[in-house]
Amino acid sequence: MMPRDNGSDKLHAKVEFRKLDFFYGDSQALYDINMSVYENKVTAFIGPSGCGKSTLLRVLNRMYDLYPRQRAEGEVLLDGENILADRQDVNLLRARVGMVFQKPTPFPMSIYDNIAFGIRLYEKLRKSDLDERVETSLQRAALWSEVKDKLGSSGLSLSGGQQQRLCIARTIALSPEVILLDEPASALDPISTAKIEETIDELKKDYTIAIVTHNMQQAARVSNYTAFMYLGNLVEFDETSTVFTSPKESRTQDYITGRFG
Amino acid sequence: MARASITADNPFYRRRRIRNNVAMSLSVIAALLGLTWLALILGALIWQGFGGMSLQVFTEMTPPPGSAGGLLNPIVGSAMLVGAAILISAPIGILAGTYLAEYGRYSRVTPTIRFINDILLSAPSIVIGLFIYEVTVVPMGHFSGWAGILALAVLAIPIMVRTTEDMLLLVPNELREAASALGTPRSYVIRRVAYKAARAGLITGVLLAIARVSGETAPLLFTALNNQFWNADLNQPIASLPVVIFQFAMSPYAEWQDLAWAGALIITLFVLITSIIARALGATRGSK
Repeated sequence: MMPRDNGSDKLHAKVEFRKLDFFYGDSQALYDINMSVYENKVTAFIGPSGCGKSTLLRVLNRMYDLYPRQRAEGEVLLDGENILADRQDVNLLRARVGMVFQKPTPFPMSIYDNIAFGIRLYEKLRKSDLDERVETSLQRAALWSEVKDKLGSSGLSLSGGQQQRLCIARTIALSPEVILLDEPASALDPISTAKIEETIDELKKDYTIAIVTHNMQQAARVSNYTAFMYLGNLVEFDETSTVFTSPKESRTQDYITGRFG
Repeated sequence: MARASITADNPFYRRRRIRNNVAMSLSVIAALLGLTWLALILGALIWQGFGGMSLQVFTEMTPPPGSAGGLLNPIVGSAMLVGAAILISAPIGILAGTYLAEYGRYSRVTPTIRFINDILLSAPSIVIGLFIYEVTVVPMGHFSGWAGILALAVLAIPIMVRTTEDMLLLVPNELREAASALGTPRSYVIRRVAYKAARAGLITGVLLAIARVSGETAPLLFTALNNQFWNADLNQPIASLPVVIFQFAMSPYAEWQDLAWAGALIITLFVLITSIIARALGATRGSK
């Protein structure tokens, strides 16, 4: 599916799904998904529970590889390269495609080490350089001012909203090209949610972002493009303003107005 | 129709209340009975054990019948046997538990391995002693400390396999996914994140294994045997507290019997303290 060309700026498809099918064992979860995720834009995936939006996100960093009996068929192109190919190294892929989960998942170590963990996997930095990387990552996730005096305390000592921003900082510390957000604010209170949304707004200047959300207002607020999914199918994909004001499909209309789902 | 209000003399309610009281009383009596025996055992141990306790117990060797002495050689022997057994079994037990919980979690052989491990866990220790006797003492031609260490290690491994697996399964999968999402290789996720999250539990498993094997007598009778004299050579038979307690308690000599009580008290206190530390570590993990 292609959104209408708004003509103002050129769109580069960072990710392209081509005829993607996904299976959990024998049951199919995604049917023939064809769409693009555009560079430096925020793409929101909405739809009722179980529609396959989180599954689609987990294909993008091949998270499903951790589990046997889960498999994807078709093609997913990242900058034109099929990431589903056997020769694709999943760990290198995951360094390029970062992910933040629904539940905040700080590692059982200090705030500093939470951020440095991923950096140390790929680079051997001098202490001062590492300090700087940790600081900029925390600043970009809007957490620096709250934690700068207690970098040595456990990541688990932070509040839920702070933990989630710590996870975002941990992800952007690796400078990924794409960031996947799987309902990043659904476990947070409204104030923390607003902070996360501000962070997303800040990040979209440099990153390609795909976000799954149950919150329609959130999708409308943060995203440039919206994909509506239902029962494993991509029903509609267009610019967010179009999807929310004049959707082409009646099922989209019904969902966003709260008539089902 | 007006609703009849339920009062205290409702016959169903009264019958149920009586039954409830009977059941509760029986439970309390059973609990007290169980605790009484524990209190009696501890009381007898402390009463008799403190009688035989003195500085000599920790500084002198086991005496010949009819003279005074101590328990230095069996205390050191037990420490060497248990220490070496744990050094051998802890890496094996923890790595095997790691396989079951991490690498082999979805494998079809995992339930089978777990089942076999559970059988080994409840196998009578005398059977394990006999097995080690067959494979080490018989071909070597003599009893030795190493045979005892092997027997205790075989007893300790299934305990640590079980606790390691249980503790790693408690680590939320989200944590593994989050680490993997950074491109972390599997072994690194396990060592740096899963082990760290389960650390208190893993240490608890090792401590429980220490507590369990340090009181074992049967497997040592066929393997390390005993030694009346000071010995730190693991190729020779070596004394251990449980075996000395067994030998001295069965003897007709008053000095030996006193030492047996003192030894029993020492080993009980050691196991008690180890278990309490294990519990305390487990509790701090639970509260987080």
